[in-house]
Amino acid sequence: MSGFEVERRDKENISCLYVKGFLDAHTAPQFEEAIQNLVDEERFKIIVNLCDLTYISSAGLGVFMGFIEDIRSKGGDLKLSNMTSKVYKVFDLLGFPNLYEIYEDENEAVDKYQKA
Amino acid sequence: MTLNKIKKKLQFDSKTSNLVKIRDFVSNLAGKAGFDEDNINKIELAVDEACSNVVKHAYPSGSDYKIDINIEFDDKKFVVRVQDQGKGFNPTELGTPDIKTYLEKREVGGLGIHMMKELMDQVEFNIHPNKKNQVTLTKFK
Repeated sequence: MSGFEVERRDKENISCLYVKGFLDAHTAPQFEEAIQNLVDEERFKIIVNLCDLTYISSAGLGVFMGFIEDIRSKGGDLKLSNMTSKVYKVFDLLGFPNLYEIYEDENEAVDKYQKA
Repeated sequence: MTLNKIKKKLQFDSKTSNLVKIRDFVSNLAGKAGFDEDNINKIELAVDEACSNVVKHAYPSGSDYKIDINIEFDDKKFVVRVQDQGKGFNPTELGTPDIKTYLEKREVGGLGIHMMKELMDQVEFNIHPNKKNQVTLTKFK
């Protein structure tokens, strides 16, 4: 039991990752692998739904940062949704809201991709 | 009512799998010290960042090393000392990175140190490579 789970659901050309538990230096490689799999499959329109994420440290934030440039250069994006206020505060600490699209609800992120 | 100074210490193997135990240890004591949930979360995260840096950067991977965590608190402040005997680093070389700098350079450990400084009231480094390195994290009441 690692305390972290990631589940993937594909909706046409959009892939949504549902993360659950805590994302720290121990579990970040598991999340990194999930995103790497999408990149390898050339699925670059990604939403990460954080509704069940209870904790994140810089190791978790580093995963988002490690992929964003590559994914955007391929015409995709990493959009974030449904984060709790506790998790949002950590993202906010490093200025993530200026660099990432963060939505209250996953459907808003889906709409944004579909209308682009 | 005055809270007498309380001291607790624990030693952990330097492994990322122990981070959850370290966070539980710290947040439990921060709660006993009377901090609200927001500040407990900040202290917990700052200590996680200090310990993650030790596990990732201080020691050779796959080795059997330790992290010592000493906590002291009273009604004025909560002090956490994270100690290791690893290779250390020069904290003055790690400035305050912005995200773009981090993306370009991937500064080792810089992001965690930046977060510790944002989360705590005081952060001090006392680095003696391969002898004793100590990060002292302080939150005032």
